[in-house]
Amino acid sequence: MSVEYKTTFASIDNFNKGGVQMIAGNIKDYVFSNVYEVASKYAPYERVVVAKNLVYTIESCKAEGESPWYTCSHDEFAIAFDYDIEVHYIKMDDTSFIDDEKDGSFRLDDKPAGQYMGKITLSRGHQALLPEKTAYSFKSAKPATLVFQAILGDESNEKWPEICLT
Amino acid sequence: MTDLTAAVNNEQTGYQDFPVGSFNFRRDEYFAYIDYPDGEYVMPIDAYLKALMRDVAWGFFYGTVNFDSVFGTMNHYGNVDLFIGSHNEEYINNDKDFMENFPSEELMEVFQAMLADWTIEGFDPFAAPQETGTAWGPKNGNNDEAISRKRQVAQRMIGIPGDTEIRSDETGYTVNRHFQDVDQSQPVVEAEPGFEDQIHGFNLWAHLSRSVETWNPSIVSVCKQSLLCPTSEEFILPVEHGNDRVEWFVQVSDEIIWEIKDGKSSKPRASLVMRAGDVACMPADIRHQGFSPKRSMLVVWENGSPEILEKIKNGTVPRVGVEF
Repeated sequence: MSVEYKTTFASIDNFNKGGVQMIAGNIKDYVFSNVYEVASKYAPYERVVVAKNLVYTIESCKAEGESPWYTCSHDEFAIAFDYDIEVHYIKMDDTSFIDDEKDGSFRLDDKPAGQYMGKITLSRGHQALLPEKTAYSFKSAKPATLVFQAILGDESNEKWPEICLT
Repeated sequence: MTDLTAAVNNEQTGYQDFPVGSFNFRRDEYFAYIDYPDGEYVMPIDAYLKALMRDVAWGFFYGTVNFDSVFGTMNHYGNVDLFIGSHNEEYINNDKDFMENFPSEELMEVFQAMLADWTIEGFDPFAAPQETGTAWGPKNGNNDEAISRKRQVAQRMIGIPGDTEIRSDETGYTVNRHFQDVDQSQPVVEAEPGFEDQIHGFNLWAHLSRSVETWNPSIVSVCKQSLLCPTSEEFILPVEHGNDRVEWFVQVSDEIIWEIKDGKSSKPRASLVMRAGDVACMPADIRHQGFSPKRSMLVVWENGSPEILEKIKNGTVPRVGVEF
């Protein structure tokens, strides 16, 4: 018999979180959360750390409407986990204010002066490069889940007791 | 004294023995036999070869590769322990454990030769059970093509000019039978003139849907020492991976059940059910084995920092990812 397989994804408005059956030890050791649930709980573009290994992070946020502009001294990466999200890029005229030693992204006061580089429209499962020392912003018509491969920085929020199984 | 070692007739089966240090490895039509000074340990040959494949492909990996609850390797990054029962409470308590340390290159050379000789034509130890033949029977050719695959390792990001290529039909990566419904569209990149090579995106889920192997993470993007290592999983992770550092999983699709045991004693600790979007940390003192009822997508997230190695060596590596 041939089987037609259905791949089960999830979204910010439709997820089915798993869990932990403990036998011994502390459930908090597994730091168990869900990127969709986290994105659904907090304000648009409020990045919440869902995984951390020394200074490195995976962060989740809700993309909705237009975001502020951000930049970073190093590459970061963003993945659209459910709905469409635009990423806009600007090559800034002045990058001298970026501290090479400072990890993590930070917010710019305004849309920076520079040359518009273009945009990428991400759909579910699409990953985008956020190149070092480039300004970027996001735009999404409806709430969507955006996950970052990043480093702990000004925009990273740690809310472990609120997001994890205890 | 009675000789308890199994009779293996290489003249009949055509396989070779592989001695290394105090160990001797033998196979017959169904089983692998691991002889060591205190006795002999037996494993089914298919399970053995699937575990051996990962140990070889991962270069002894991070920490301990338990072929099962008794036999395995422990990586010290330059040298490696080969052990029977050294991570099993009953063996240790009854003084039945045995361990020998080898330079990594020496043991790897033996493992590679064993894998090549014992993997027969039609059997792919990297593949899901329904996508390969069997490991049973006498020596019948080899499958060097399957066992010598190199995992894709991006230097910055998959698909960037000069970096590792995106999987496609043209490059020999067809969509897996379980992922026929996965969207294959690519991001719409609208770069202004002159910036075509500076902004980049690709369909990571489509890339994963075309993975040939199971339980073999590749690297798709690199943020300094942060390595995003997605993989597709089906059936059982052929090893119990014993962590020597924290490791994180992000479940992308479907479901994986993780059986968690104590890293040293092998006593059960927990069972995790991970569904799409779930994130979990594997502590540094456990071993884990995954069960994926349908082929699923998983992001394994690793920290490749040399700082971690230093912390492992001096005993200061964090046991858990976060304390709260």
